[in-house]
Amino acid sequence: MEAQQAPTATMLHRNQVPAWIMNVALVIVIAVLWPISVAFDKYLDSYVLDVLIRIGVAIILAVSLNLINGITGQFSLGHAGFMALGAYTGGVLLKHYQNQIPGELLPATFIGVTILGGVVASAAGLIVGIPTLRLSGDYLAIATLGFGEIIAVVLNQIDSIGKFEVGGSAGLHNIPHITNFFWTYAWVVICVVVIARLVYSAKGKPFFAVREDEIAAAAMGIDTTYYKVAAFVIGAFFAGVAGVLSATLSGNLDPGDFNFVKSIVIVVMVVLGGSGSITGSVLAAILLTYLPEQLRAFEDWRLVIYALLLIVMMLVRPEGLLGNRELWWTRKRLAFPEE
Amino acid sequence: MHVFLQELINGLSIGAVYALIALGYTMVYGVLKLINFAHGDVYMVGAVIAYELAVKAVAARSPIWVTLPVIFLGAMGGCAILGFVIEYLCYRPLRHRPRLVALITAIGVSLLLENLFQNRLVFGATPRILPELLPIRPALSWAVGSEKAPVVVTNLDLISMGLCLAMMAVLSWFVLRTKMGLALRAVSFRVDTASLMGINTNRVISMTFVLGSALAAVAGVVDAMRYQVDPLMGLIPGIKAFIAAVLGGIGSIPGALLGGLLMGLVETLLKGYLPAQYNNYSNAAAFVVLILILLVRPSGLLGKTTVEKV
Amino acid sequence: MALLEIENLGIGFGGLQAVAGFNFSLNQGELVGLIGPNGAGKTTVFNIVTGVYRPTAGDVRLEGKSIAGMKPFRVNRLGIARTFQNIRLFGGLSVLDNVLIGFNQSVAHGFLGTVVRSRRQQLEERMHEQEAIDLLRTFDLLGRLDDPARTLAYGPQRRLEIARALATRPKILMLDEPAAGMNPQEKMELMELIGAVRRKFHVGIWLIEHDMKLVMSICERITVLDHGETIAAGTPQQVQDNPKVIEAYLGKAEV
Repeated sequence: MEAQQAPTATMLHRNQVPAWIMNVALVIVIAVLWPISVAFDKYLDSYVLDVLIRIGVAIILAVSLNLINGITGQFSLGHAGFMALGAYTGGVLLKHYQNQIPGELLPATFIGVTILGGVVASAAGLIVGIPTLRLSGDYLAIATLGFGEIIAVVLNQIDSIGKFEVGGSAGLHNIPHITNFFWTYAWVVICVVVIARLVYSAKGKPFFAVREDEIAAAAMGIDTTYYKVAAFVIGAFFAGVAGVLSATLSGNLDPGDFNFVKSIVIVVMVVLGGSGSITGSVLAAILLTYLPEQLRAFEDWRLVIYALLLIVMMLVRPEGLLGNRELWWTRKRLAFPEE
Repeated sequence: MHVFLQELINGLSIGAVYALIALGYTMVYGVLKLINFAHGDVYMVGAVIAYELAVKAVAARSPIWVTLPVIFLGAMGGCAILGFVIEYLCYRPLRHRPRLVALITAIGVSLLLENLFQNRLVFGATPRILPELLPIRPALSWAVGSEKAPVVVTNLDLISMGLCLAMMAVLSWFVLRTKMGLALRAVSFRVDTASLMGINTNRVISMTFVLGSALAAVAGVVDAMRYQVDPLMGLIPGIKAFIAAVLGGIGSIPGALLGGLLMGLVETLLKGYLPAQYNNYSNAAAFVVLILILLVRPSGLLGKTTVEKV
Repeated sequence: MALLEIENLGIGFGGLQAVAGFNFSLNQGELVGLIGPNGAGKTTVFNIVTGVYRPTAGDVRLEGKSIAGMKPFRVNRLGIARTFQNIRLFGGLSVLDNVLIGFNQSVAHGFLGTVVRSRRQQLEERMHEQEAIDLLRTFDLLGRLDDPARTLAYGPQRRLEIARALATRPKILMLDEPAAGMNPQEKMELMELIGAVRRKFHVGIWLIEHDMKLVMSICERITVLDHGETIAAGTPQQVQDNPKVIEAYLGKAEV
């Protein structure tokens, strides 16, 4: 009953598109976003465009939280805090400098500011991630909730840092509107591709291992603390990026926007899509940003419906839409002849 | 000295309320290993019931010695039913699912209650003040040193602390001396084994929720009289009470009492001694306390550590 | 110098001295057994050696270097791999992924290479996948490559755990009751498998087992533990005839 030919690793990938072709395709996709964005700015109804951009921001938030919660299994309830740090970093800097720099903002500057927002948020992610050494499950949830609230409270109290206006409880207003379709979806592509490629690779498997069984993971040579902290740092980075995009979309920032409820809304997206499924998070982000727009008439009941949705979902299908599978997985990846 | 004593009394009075709420958290966590996020909102519902009953009572001009018991018992009854229903519909079906699922459901219930009551049809988002049932008057007072104003214990303080102590005593008697209480402790240790020993675990767990919710209702009524009533009032006290339960050792009933009183004291003393501009930091400070406890001594002051078998 | 040396190892939990005065050595390529009644402290010894517990007395040395108190992941990176008494697989991950995770330390490429899917990253992954496939073939698990580990039957799960441990390229393999719950047929196959593993991978193997027949037939030396203390050590024959060992398992003979 020997196999006709010995199974090899190449057989596993025989239908797969070579990586360099994918890379080229991605560059093309991002390049194509630019003219699409220009066209949208001109011809698309501004409300629809606004919703599209908010969907993009939601996707980044959900996918980045999924890395922490779904894939690495660390229950973080403070994601809005990371977003807030990025939003304020971007908002404060851009507002402050728009008066200094005459003329248009250079794309490079905006990229720089966005990355900086992400870095500030990931520094917080590092601080939050380190205690994960001692905490897990419920306790971690509460501690991350605490961090998020602390950040919100602190931002509420700070009116300015040196010469930079921050706004405090009055909020920060008149932030330049820079975000458009291109910037948002370029970052969506980067976020999804980076996280998906990281996680579904040799370097990324330990993230799953930490979720499945930490003790076994350690016994297999995995530094679990490193991976937990890495999940927080990377997840926080993209949350910070989403924050900058959001701040420059609406032009206004209020510390109250980044409270526990905001974190929960993102958690609902991850859970609805399926903890651990990147495509699930994307789908859920789209659904849960789009649907409330349709339910505008029920504004009063929106959060009630949200809450009911959450409860019903947990009772009926706790694994979410896609469970922990990805949309692109086929039924059987390989077909080795039975031995 | 005078300020210190007054703050001490205020702290104990507020702390008693936290302790009442914390008891509910700690009992539910003890049997289900679940952080009942919705518990703070049960407290809020207790306050709302108190408001509605108070309004009716004042309209009917009923005497104070009828009104107060009716309000307390009414709130306790209403919240007990609410707690029972929440457990039955939302947590029981998830008993054998991963704990994270129940946790998320609890968050959902909490959001549901808050937003339901914020809706104009139910209560509305604007805070309301209870019609005055009990003029808050000093009940005990004594002069300290050369200060003109005496240190005061108000009648509300007495009610708050008195009820808390009374509830604690009843609860302790119940848990330590009755068969049901023994069943409760058994279920806290091991749900499956308790069930194998013939204990009706469903009944025990329901009862835990009923008791915890009734206690939260008492806290809600007291705070309704002390402050005001609004649908989000459960958030901050709920978090502080939870932190109190963790501080005292989650799962430990005396721990909840100790933790609650400590939280109340710390909060009042900080408010009393720090300059006014730092008032808003007290909420953040509560979280800092929590994170410190979790890092330094997660089992709390009176709790016990569990070790995972490898 | 032996590959693994344990000297006067001891650990106490509160008032209970779980292990005391434990001495042991393992040389390259040896197959040694650790037996004793339930609760004797065998898994505790394994846990100390692999870094789960820190000993309160004594030392553990791997290739002369002290590893007592090191974190488990460091101990593994230095060359000790183990399986668990209650199987600890990554249940939600596929059989292939479970083994691939074992190769996590041998990954040379970095974050950037992973994200852009560089040539080097692709080649390394193929290489590891091939090694994993070969390993799974040795353990007769090829038919279930993509299935979640938790869907495997008990016997295959145990085999997978051993395969995964081997993927970490250890110098010493510590197996905690690998035959537990197996039927006689499976145990025979396991015995052959362990022998094959020793020959093919040149690892020292240290085995905790309750099945006496299995232990006596494949182990070169056996240490017997009771209430945390060593009561006998030697060849299978020596241990079998030792009255203290018989007493520990069967109790004192009636007069």
